[in-house]
Amino acid sequence: MTTEAIPEGFVGQPVKRTEDRRLITGKGRYLDDIQMPGLAYMAILRSPYAHANIKSIDIEVAKSMPGVLDVLVGADVPYNPLPMAWPAGGSAGIQNNVSTPRALATDAVKWNGEGVAAVIADSPEQAADAVEAILVDWEPLPAVVDAEKATQPGAPQLHSTAPNNVVFEWSVGDKGGTAAAIDAAEVVVKQRLVNQRLIPNPMETRGDIGMYNPGTDEYTIWMSSQTPHIQRLLLAAFVMGIPEHKIRCISPDIGGAFGSKIFTYADMPLALLASKRLNGRPVKWVEGRRENYQSTIHGRDHITYLEIAGKRDGTIDAVRVKTYANLGGRLSTIGPGIPTTLYARVLSGCYKIPNVYAEVVGVYTNTTFVDAYRGAGRPEATYVIERAMDLFAAEIGMDRAEIRRRNFIPPDAFPYENPSGLGTASGGAKIYIDSGNYEPALDKALATAGYANLAKSKEEARKRGKYLGMGLSTYIEVCGVAPSKWIGAVGEGWGAAMWESANIRVHLTGKVVATVGTQPQGQGHETTYAQVVADELGVPMEDVIVQHSDTQGTPFGYGSYGSRTSSVGMTAAIKAAGKIKDKARRYAAHMLEASVEDIEVNGADYFVKGSPEKKKTIQEIAFALDLAFDAPEGMEPYLDETAYHDTPNCTWPFGTHIAIVEIDEATGEVDLLRYIAVDDVGRKINPLIVDGQLHGGIAQGVGQALWEAAIYSDDGTLQSGSMLDYALPRAEWLPAFELDETVTPSPVNPLGVKGVGEAGAIASTAAVANAVNDALAPFGIRHLDMPLSAARIWAAMQAAGSGTSGSNGSNGSNGKEAQA
Amino acid sequence: MIPATFAYERASTVDEALSLLMEDGADAKLIAGGQSLLPLMKLRLARPDRLIDIGRIESLRGVRQTSDGRLAIGALTTYAQLLDEPTIMGLALMADALPRIADVQVRNRGTIGGAIAHADPAADMPAVLLALEAEVVARSAHHGERTIPIGEFFDGAFSTALAPDELLTEIRVPAPSGSYGSAYRMLEQPASGFAIAGVAAVIGQTGGSSRDAEIDDVRVAVTGVGEKPFRATSVEDALRGTKLGSAAIGAAVASICDGVSVQSDIHADRTYRSAMAVVMAKRALESARERLFE
Repeated sequence: MTTEAIPEGFVGQPVKRTEDRRLITGKGRYLDDIQMPGLAYMAILRSPYAHANIKSIDIEVAKSMPGVLDVLVGADVPYNPLPMAWPAGGSAGIQNNVSTPRALATDAVKWNGEGVAAVIADSPEQAADAVEAILVDWEPLPAVVDAEKATQPGAPQLHSTAPNNVVFEWSVGDKGGTAAAIDAAEVVVKQRLVNQRLIPNPMETRGDIGMYNPGTDEYTIWMSSQTPHIQRLLLAAFVMGIPEHKIRCISPDIGGAFGSKIFTYADMPLALLASKRLNGRPVKWVEGRRENYQSTIHGRDHITYLEIAGKRDGTIDAVRVKTYANLGGRLSTIGPGIPTTLYARVLSGCYKIPNVYAEVVGVYTNTTFVDAYRGAGRPEATYVIERAMDLFAAEIGMDRAEIRRRNFIPPDAFPYENPSGLGTASGGAKIYIDSGNYEPALDKALATAGYANLAKSKEEARKRGKYLGMGLSTYIEVCGVAPSKWIGAVGEGWGAAMWESANIRVHLTGKVVATVGTQPQGQGHETTYAQVVADELGVPMEDVIVQHSDTQGTPFGYGSYGSRTSSVGMTAAIKAAGKIKDKARRYAAHMLEASVEDIEVNGADYFVKGSPEKKKTIQEIAFALDLAFDAPEGMEPYLDETAYHDTPNCTWPFGTHIAIVEIDEATGEVDLLRYIAVDDVGRKINPLIVDGQLHGGIAQGVGQALWEAAIYSDDGTLQSGSMLDYALPRAEWLPAFELDETVTPSPVNPLGVKGVGEAGAIASTAAVANAVNDALAPFGIRHLDMPLSAARIWAAMQAAGSGTSGSNGSNGSNGKEAQA
Repeated sequence: MIPATFAYERASTVDEALSLLMEDGADAKLIAGGQSLLPLMKLRLARPDRLIDIGRIESLRGVRQTSDGRLAIGALTTYAQLLDEPTIMGLALMADALPRIADVQVRNRGTIGGAIAHADPAADMPAVLLALEAEVVARSAHHGERTIPIGEFFDGAFSTALAPDELLTEIRVPAPSGSYGSAYRMLEQPASGFAIAGVAAVIGQTGGSSRDAEIDDVRVAVTGVGEKPFRATSVEDALRGTKLGSAAIGAAVASICDGVSVQSDIHADRTYRSAMAVVMAKRALESARERLFE
């Protein structure tokens, strides 16, 4: 055999995204681009009150308005309330007091924006006009928007089934052991931390087109959703009570989601019902931006009481938190799973902390429901533990890098089971942190940032009227969710599996169609799947088309979220390609009159061992197997294989992010000067896409640290109700990110990938918050809550005085003094 | 995000616009670039029965120099056009303010006349024009043309001295005699980009620039802080006749919000907004002083 250089594969190359030509030249097809004959339009009347009883609804005027085809109120909708699929603790004995939205509210509303009635009309303008003509007789009720206040005596009560507005009280870890460790500790630092509520803000808002076919009694819904397969199951079996095979769900191009499009929303069954009532006229609903702010999920919103305890030498012995998680007025699809499994169980981060105890109270308030937003629980956990490390270091006077180094899980401790028990399904299934080596990333980031010169930089900044600060965030996260035996088991899980699927067909002409169960929403899956499949089959990338997003014609898949597509979905594609190759090899053996064992494969070439000139290409094999006149007895025609992959473990990206900020002492404005990120996301399929994911994630996390906040008035009105009042990060406010890497291939999947969709957002919030708090240390300010707005920082600096007073000032009533 | 129904008419001349404005019955609104009005209509916070589009009246577009040396800015001149106009960009405070107004798309459509007729209390141009002591020219079919000093133009938030039948046609900026320095400094509300506090300063020495002479013309205008943009006369009075030393500036600007009903919102309470008016005034005055002596 000649020794030819093996051509470099596509995997690992910074290939430009194949979908971008379509998407950036306006040739994409998003939900609102879809037109069809007879399309009618739905508009939804939303509650102006955060909490009110509905005494009556008068739809007569609206019904008589021009173009109005139908008006729906709650009583017209025969469906079940929306499903809630991930109770805290599953069925492991934790009481979850569940109230989920109906498609339209019937007797009461629980937040400003809950849907009350729907108008279907010939045009969107007519529908919007008629919505205004619906008269609701409201009985306003007192509201509560703060999760901690909602649990206190005398607070307005949202649901008779949830005393004190408590959805659940859940805990994890060793309560007694942690208490003993804290009681015995040399140093205990306490702090109240608020992780403020955020609005996900995808560029494309949500929408649906519902279409009923009266001839076949089947439903089709086009939806801006991350999870068309899950939605088919939930809509059929849990909402509408119709057979699953009678619904087809299609996600067209999705203009961003960040978690907010995972869930079942009231508009989905409404659009289908509306179409049925119109005898099959398709009905489109597209959310306005203001409506998106009020009625698509929000993220975060935790109030946490933190205690971190340890020794003066920097050893951390225990972490204890009590977290109030605001879940909104009713529960979203997996709302309770976020602050429990995805938050508390990863609270100890990359540190070897022997005692961890977390108590989480899920709470109803008169606000929009809260569910997964980029990172989902892990940014909240990272924020807590990374602030905690800084607070503890400050208390004992230790360097912040050193305290991290000292408490890292050491490289020889993997697989590592953390003390908050990553996964304790009742069957005993657990997941472990499989691998990691945290110091090299830390060292690299410190060197790039010039950590050694920090004091000098601070002095120099003071001469310019600025306070400079640097913040570290040494994060890990859990990606590639999740082994079904864990996530699907009765107990901690959400009672459903989370495998993925792929089908690959090599057609007669050698062109390849890969059909996958995951669902892109901007990540470039059409490119990265093609890179992987092209390498596996040895064909050009442009010969591979990636199909997805339609429950008719794609194998079932659980969708894309939790940074799982590369680890779980692409492994399914590799398995399917492996089956294709096996069959091709068998057929090559037949064609070349050799035994299967003697056929070797190199890229597209299948040749006889020792006789490379005796070969057939995958294209020749596909052609012959399609025509099949020469197929051996028992061999099925065509190269068409499907594979399912259930991951044996999650994956664990990690890294060190460093933010350097300057604060203007006169205004409190924060300038993010530099941002250094050293990430280990395992092997990279496409470094260009990885960088893009990191850039976007970092920007989103910085947004939380400095600018973003969903703000409700005390009576429950969403005050940050549009982009005029909700500040999204802008490119001009951000420096050029300085990205670097370490590469520790994941042992969990053949590609060695870990996932990168959320890493940036998980790490960056804490890095920037730590930097700002570091900059404010000369004022004696120990902790300020986010967003670290100019106004908040200025007020804190004023309260602290000259900058040398050394007051132990936390912000306002949030202060919890350190105790030695 | 869908406006309520409205009628639409396009005027091709000023006279046509004025006669359309006279038609009775309906609540009419003039639309130029639409960058403020259309969002309000889409939110149904504004619901005019009738829109009269003046956006293509070419005679209202562009900047010219009048015979007495003033700059006459047509009401329909866009921010983007102003940014390309050397005479405008030669005014340092305009050069400070214009590039920071909104974004490229808005600057390509938004007009200076529309901005001040809209009279957003946190917009930049009102403060700049107050400090420049501009005049606003308005015309109506019945009463012809009149000139309104900018100091009398803003009545309150989103409210001006324009009568319902009047069309704002031109803004005139006087040509200063003597040596002048100017600056505009603002602290941005991060979501909207509007000013939490914005201060325009114009200072001058009518006898020519000299570090040893007193400053005899001081104008300080504030936006984003009160119910309407205003001239901070107490600051001006305190600084007129001084050499505008840093100590004098520091002492004078402390009174900038005296007598003003300072606004409060979720982004900035009264204390912070007042303090930022002081900081921006100080920065604007110091920058104007540096430029005067450049």
